[in-house]
Amino acid sequence: MSLATAPAPAQDGVELTARHHPRVAPAKKPSNRRRRLAYAGLTPFAAYVLIFLALPTILAVVTGFFSDDGSLTFDNITGLFTPTILATFGSSFWLSGVTAVIGAVVGALICYAMLGTKVGGLLRTIIESAASVLAQFGGVMLAFAFIATIGVQGLVTVILRDTFGVDIFADGVWLYQVPGLILPYVYFQVPLMVITFLPALTALRPQWAEASATLGGTRFAYWRHIAAPVLAPAFLGSLLLLFANAFSSFATAAALISQGSQIVPLQIRAALVSETVLGRENMAGALALGMIVVMVVVMWAYSALQSRTSRWQK
Amino acid sequence: MFTKRTLAAVALVAASAISLSGCSTTEAAAGDVDASTATTAEDFGGMDALIAAAQAEGELNVIALPDNWANYGEIKALFEEKYDIIVNSADPDVSSAEEIAAADNLKGQDTAPDVFDLGTAVTLDSLDYFAPYMVANWDEIPEGNKEATGLWVNDYTGSMSIGYDSNSVPEPTSLDDLLKPEYRGAVALNGDPTQAGAAFAALGLATVHQGGTLDDFTPGIEFFEELNDAGNFIPVNVTGATIAAGETKVAFDWSYNNLAAAATVDGWKVTTLPGAVYTSFYNQAINKDAPHPAAARLWQEFLYSPEAQNLFIVGGAYPVTIQALQDAGTVDTAALDALGALEGELVTPTPEQAEKNAEILAEKWTVAIG
Repeated sequence: MSLATAPAPAQDGVELTARHHPRVAPAKKPSNRRRRLAYAGLTPFAAYVLIFLALPTILAVVTGFFSDDGSLTFDNITGLFTPTILATFGSSFWLSGVTAVIGAVVGALICYAMLGTKVGGLLRTIIESAASVLAQFGGVMLAFAFIATIGVQGLVTVILRDTFGVDIFADGVWLYQVPGLILPYVYFQVPLMVITFLPALTALRPQWAEASATLGGTRFAYWRHIAAPVLAPAFLGSLLLLFANAFSSFATAAALISQGSQIVPLQIRAALVSETVLGRENMAGALALGMIVVMVVVMWAYSALQSRTSRWQK
Repeated sequence: MFTKRTLAAVALVAASAISLSGCSTTEAAAGDVDASTATTAEDFGGMDALIAAAQAEGELNVIALPDNWANYGEIKALFEEKYDIIVNSADPDVSSAEEIAAADNLKGQDTAPDVFDLGTAVTLDSLDYFAPYMVANWDEIPEGNKEATGLWVNDYTGSMSIGYDSNSVPEPTSLDDLLKPEYRGAVALNGDPTQAGAAFAALGLATVHQGGTLDDFTPGIEFFEELNDAGNFIPVNVTGATIAAGETKVAFDWSYNNLAAAATVDGWKVTTLPGAVYTSFYNQAINKDAPHPAAARLWQEFLYSPEAQNLFIVGGAYPVTIQALQDAGTVDTAALDALGALEGELVTPTPEQAEKNAEILAEKWTVAIG
């Protein structure tokens, strides 16, 4: 909305008034009513989030503070610090970290390559759509796709073994253990990086490169002193998002790994569904609390970086 | 699959999708019987009155009963046909623990499970959820196979068996055979023994075949550790799909599951090792908050009738009244001959042994196969 045509009660008009007469605030009332109206519009969404996200989360976490018979206890919370559970968090961190870094680096390179394509052109549209779809392609389908291609009897495994004499499982079958999750996870991490990082990369103005060149800057100097500092928050932010994405993934791992519960979401499953080791249902709540703490820290860091990034995306 | 029900593959999705249409918890039509407290058919005024009351309810909610698990597909279909009652089969692949969780979460709703089919550990831990009921042929069920008031009753057992793809691996004749290089990356368990009853039983079988006793599964854990070190253990999720795809070449599982796979997968054969035979009954119980209390009791009567008990035999399982069937001459001899008698030294852990071994596994399993 342009200033010239702004009607009196509009936001821009209010700002103008306030700026010119800092001590009086005649427009305060309509502004408040407007804001209240805006909040009212938000109510359905807020209620939805509250009922289907916040409430179940709180209920789940609260169970972590109760014992089997319903009395208050901290046993489950202290249970988080046993060697087995700590090791589980450790391998969750390791897996999420490795796949986030690989996903971020590969994804960023793809984004960089895409800068050479025309905005709105066929190639870029195809890559963008494919990335949006593949970023959501996880779970049982993905797991079985990997079993069918690089499982012990997988298509690729058999071709490599019979035609090229390469046995990818020479040192044992790693697909159904934590290292085996890296490939499937990277499969959805790279497209997610493309989706989240591309907007930041396209925000790099050609004028900046031209200005740098005009002043005698080399290509390296441009990347070192201009592009890298501008992109760093966006890159790190996307990296954190990828980390969080891997950390909370469950279905792919559940479909691939059936022994040992090596990562936290699998531990939660074990605690909830086991028909042999009973009475650990409430431990699941404590494990969820542990995951939420990690996610809150990561998402807080992400949003802090995001607000820095958005300065350059205007 | 990690759950109690394994070989239940895709076809079951269709079964579970059977109408979840609303149904009302109408009380028994015949007389003023409170079906939810009836402990025998006599309480209704006889079997015909029970059937009438169940038909008035019109529906039965079952949970965790895959079509290819111990022949439950045919059993459910026969019940529907015989009594004209719709069987709503929910979540065929969930574990015993999840059956109880469903009863908790759905309490008071007309989609709550009416009846349970549970592993022993969960059964003994969930007595508060059950309504006592004694079927008409209560006396045919051996003493040791039922709770005295009818809170739970054993229904069927299999023996822990080894299924293998005869096209790619030789038949194993002893546990140690599986350590040989021919079985590289081949041997799988149906689930994680710290979660699934079938995998737990496989560890028990390995234990007794390694010379141990059911007091302590450590020899079994050590065997699988050795198997893992040899590169022969594969921690893939065993499903009908992985068996069909050839990814799972050897699987420890209940005989009825392996037989179900053998019926559909070319070359899949089932063997039991000479020596001790590991068995473990599943248990039938009625939800005390069943939305269809009369239908739940009729289902129980039906399951223990010779007709349904024989269907378990067809599905590769040994029903609890098998001795009575044989004595009365009502057993399906063709099916029993095909299955073979349950012979040899039968071993089953007591609840105390099961609980202790669950602790041992929780402590040692992940480390052993890590």
